[in-house]
Amino acid sequence: MNAQIRTTGSSSSSPSKSTLGKERVSRRSEWLRELIKDKWMYAMLLPGVLFFIIFKYVPMYGVIIAFQDYQPFQGVLGSSWAGLKHFERFFSEPQFWQLFRNTLLLAIYNIVFFFPLPIVLALMLNEVRIERFKRFVQTMIYIPHFVSWVVVVGVFYIILTTEGGIINEMLFALTGHKIAFLLEPSWFRTIIISQSIWKEVGWGTIIFLAALSGVDVQLYEAARIDGANRLRQLWHITLPAIRSTIVILLILRLGTFLDSGFEHIFLMLTPTNRDVGEVFDTYVYVKGLTQAQYSYSAAVGLFKSFIGLILVLGANWMAKKFGQEGVY
Amino acid sequence: MSREQSYVRVDNTLGNKLFDGANIIVLTIIALVTVLPFIYILAVSFTSPEEAAKGGFILFPKSFSLSAYQYIFSTDTLMRSLLVSIYVTTLGTAINLLLTCLMAYPLAKQTLRGRQPILMAVLFTMLFSGGLIPTYFVVSGMGLTNTLWSLMIPNAISAFNLIVLKNFFQQIPDGLEDSARIDGCTDVGVLFRIVIPLSMPAIATFGMFYAVSHWNQFFSAIIYINDSDKWPVQVLLREIVILAQSRIGDTGFDETAIQPQTIRMAVIVFATIPILLVYPFLQKHFAKGVMLGSVKG
Repeated sequence: MNAQIRTTGSSSSSPSKSTLGKERVSRRSEWLRELIKDKWMYAMLLPGVLFFIIFKYVPMYGVIIAFQDYQPFQGVLGSSWAGLKHFERFFSEPQFWQLFRNTLLLAIYNIVFFFPLPIVLALMLNEVRIERFKRFVQTMIYIPHFVSWVVVVGVFYIILTTEGGIINEMLFALTGHKIAFLLEPSWFRTIIISQSIWKEVGWGTIIFLAALSGVDVQLYEAARIDGANRLRQLWHITLPAIRSTIVILLILRLGTFLDSGFEHIFLMLTPTNRDVGEVFDTYVYVKGLTQAQYSYSAAVGLFKSFIGLILVLGANWMAKKFGQEGVY
Repeated sequence: MSREQSYVRVDNTLGNKLFDGANIIVLTIIALVTVLPFIYILAVSFTSPEEAAKGGFILFPKSFSLSAYQYIFSTDTLMRSLLVSIYVTTLGTAINLLLTCLMAYPLAKQTLRGRQPILMAVLFTMLFSGGLIPTYFVVSGMGLTNTLWSLMIPNAISAFNLIVLKNFFQQIPDGLEDSARIDGCTDVGVLFRIVIPLSMPAIATFGMFYAVSHWNQFFSAIIYINDSDKWPVQVLLREIVILAQSRIGDTGFDETAIQPQTIRMAVIVFATIPILLVYPFLQKHFAKGVMLGSVKG
């Protein structure tokens, strides 16, 4: 235990290139003194550091199985090397383009249909003059954010099913036929986006409302004196006030472009909609954990993580270019 | 505040009134559409099987009945999964909070040697991960699969929460801690007697966010737990509602006697109610929590 603390402490403080041996000795003893003085601090750090090493960094080391033919019984050290075989297989697989297309389409739909909605909703809430009504609406629209995806998908299943689901009952009464929303692949993306909208749009307004609360009231008064009506005020004062927030959130959304909401899609996948619904993450699950192609699925996962890393860093760089503080 | 006052002086033109009226109507519709599915499901779960079988849009049960809930309480499966979820949520949240506080406090001390590299290492885990398969091997290699620990230990610390809590701890004035140290308190004592009591509102908020994520998690259980006795309620819900496996009782449904639809809805109610119970407390704090999060680490 003691040794662990010591390594954590000393490995982290970078030794400077002092040529004087004497100075080095005194520095070392200085570290030691601080180490002993702060021994409780390091003891408190230990469980957390161990957690990050075991559950975050060991798996990062473990991705080398993507370059092997991994056999669970031989372990990482005993398995034979395979080079880039698994990556080559993945890129030549016709399914690669299908996964790419599905992920891309969901991301584009998300940005086109989901992204503007929290902004519109926040602007509407901002115009409400009755404080209690505003708070009531906020209370209602934040609820779905805290509900699990299982419940959200479950609720949609119950409402949309052709066997007594309320939407299909109404549709049948109106048009005389039903739509198999849950089985029909052509409905898959629409339903995924609708579920995201229902669950997260209300929550998404928070950050815009915060930006809006900082707008100077005098601007509105000045505009009114100049004869601007409510829509003009909205267009010329309110919207410019949150423009930078919109830009930064859009950029950050681009950074997580590939994350199409794994748990959500996992729950919505059925044998009939796999062709349009399968994305990189669900493919990793199917290949790795249900078909035991460990090395291949680790390679797919690594490819996705790597692209994701580049996208996030790129988005962060862009955000800084826009004069915003980056997130990392 | 001042905004409201300034509006009082606004000339109440017709255009303004129409604008407000339309805005309020649309917002009311949005709020209703958001909660209507919950009310519908709650109402049907309390409806008698006969009425539910007829279908139609029920917002208030005409023939009130507890048969769905009686059925649920008569089966072992759902009660057991509820207990599993409660156990994982309470113990898991306690572990989360303890480990997050223990790690956040030293990291909040700017003079501590080794702090910066550890912070960088933590931040990096937010950018890149080994992925599903290598993580699975680590968890199974530690022998955690098929135990409830697999639902609590692999996500014991959220890097994001850790950074936010660290920032929060940094704002606590040093003077308070120093005086406790002079009185002979160790660093651990300072954390538990001074820093944590002073940060209770923040810690309560994190606790609720952690608890909600424990209650809602299902995927870890799907990959790590084979034994259906150890399933949390979300996994069972998926089986019953989404995979439509009528396997709620130990023997299976007798479809003629019970309306499976009302039982499914009752299970959804069970999986949601704890969230709705803590929601008022959450709501009080989360706006602040989100703002804390937007402050850079």
